[in-house]
Amino acid sequence: MLAKERTDEHSEKVIEIKSLYKSFGDYDVLEDATLNLYKGENLVVLGKSGTGKSVLIKIIIGLLSPDAGLVKVLGQTIDEISYAELLALRLRVGFSFQNSALYDSMTVRENLEFPLVRNRRDMTRPEVNETVEEMLDAVGLSQTINQMPSELSGGQRKRIGIARTLILKPEIMLYDEPTAGLDPITSKEINKLINDVQERYHTSAIVITHDLTCAKEVGNRVAMLVERRFERQGSFDEIFSSGDKQAQPFFDYNFIQ
Amino acid sequence: MAIKEQEKTEMPKSAPPPGKLANWFIGLYEVYRFIARFFKEAFLPPYEFKELMRQCYEIGYRSVLLISTTGFITGMVFTKQSRPSLSEFGATSWLPSLVGIALLRTLAPLLTGLISAGKVGSSIGAELGSMKVSEQIDAMEVSATNPFKFLVGTRVLAATITMPILTFYTAMVGMLGALLNVSVNEGTSTVTFFQSALESITYLDIIASTIKAILFGFTIAIVGCYQGYHSSKGTEGVGKAANSAVVTAMFLIFVEEVVCVQIFSLFNT
Repeated sequence: MLAKERTDEHSEKVIEIKSLYKSFGDYDVLEDATLNLYKGENLVVLGKSGTGKSVLIKIIIGLLSPDAGLVKVLGQTIDEISYAELLALRLRVGFSFQNSALYDSMTVRENLEFPLVRNRRDMTRPEVNETVEEMLDAVGLSQTINQMPSELSGGQRKRIGIARTLILKPEIMLYDEPTAGLDPITSKEINKLINDVQERYHTSAIVITHDLTCAKEVGNRVAMLVERRFERQGSFDEIFSSGDKQAQPFFDYNFIQ
Repeated sequence: MAIKEQEKTEMPKSAPPPGKLANWFIGLYEVYRFIARFFKEAFLPPYEFKELMRQCYEIGYRSVLLISTTGFITGMVFTKQSRPSLSEFGATSWLPSLVGIALLRTLAPLLTGLISAGKVGSSIGAELGSMKVSEQIDAMEVSATNPFKFLVGTRVLAATITMPILTFYTAMVGMLGALLNVSVNEGTSTVTFFQSALESITYLDIIASTIKAILFGFTIAIVGCYQGYHSSKGTEGVGKAANSAVVTAMFLIFVEEVVCVQIFSLFNT
């Protein structure tokens, strides 16, 4: 099945966000935001820089607390669970950072081993090695295994970051600006990798971006974050062709048009 | 799929921001929570032995050269500066005892503490600060790993373990500096020098020095970790974290020194 055909409104909700509020001091970031992620879909959250897209997924993973509202991930309400339960939940939710956030002092192998050896203590050394090599192979970077993060290009760092996230076999992936700062060819490779991850590991994903090419290539569904709310949700083509006053300027300024 | 418009509801009212005094108490409470979290988490499994060993190497072994140089010079200079006063009373033979007591009771712990605050404290503050800024600490969090245990637990334990060792090493190297000076000027033999120096040192001196070193090591690392862990975003924040780690740790070391001296003097009388 093609990635684009996966969306099914009646399928299971893996993330449920209802009337979410978040502000930093006097600056309101999210206001009455409501959004669902369904099992198996890639949901793209589109919006201008500084509109709270990254804040949204940081709330989902428990890095930030909501001011008000409901955030339910895989059936668990984020601000009601204990720290131990949150850590257990994070095993099932992967987070790929905008700047990759690779550990500078560790090699690529150690970066990938880090979450694995601490969360799968029953694994033997050969099993750990095998899993690390398998993940690097999945992102096409087996040759970098003994390199330091500083020796990698931007695209390679993104891929290693995704591999490190995937190594725990999460059910949900959260991608924060996966193509930010990359050239169009590398961006295309990352988009393909996101679709491959969905196909191969059957993940559901939220992709935060302002890159319309990325949104078009990886999104089964698109939600537009405008003025602190998800004003528009639908397929890429539906939003693109709607001529909506709030959505249209965003498209007008993008090269895709 | 149809395009949806959300139903809008009223936004909840947010509380007014706290004042300066309230912020100070909030900050104090945060420090208390940070220290309490260390004691809660550092001694519970799973343990990070490999990282602890690495930190002991980084904090302890990597400081040896600097500590050796400063310790040796301090011992030598202190002996040289003390000689004129003692010679006025014809008491230069007391130099080994004086240097021994001074080094063990105060100079070695204080010197090791201050040098480590500069070297180790700034390094921990900057390292954790840059990890915070580049979201590496968040990356540990989201990969279901407890970054506090890995980063803070190991560093504070390593500094607390290595500081007493470094302190006694400084005292020993300082004594060698003093020996060199005394040998050249008074022609005292090595055996006589150490016999004289060690005779005046009591078990209480050794215990007091150990306790101070443990306190200093803990303070340097916990302050460095706190500043780094809570550094604000950006490279400026990293610099501030490193700077605050050094300044705060040095200040606290002097305060602890005064308090310890007062407490241990009660046992001496």
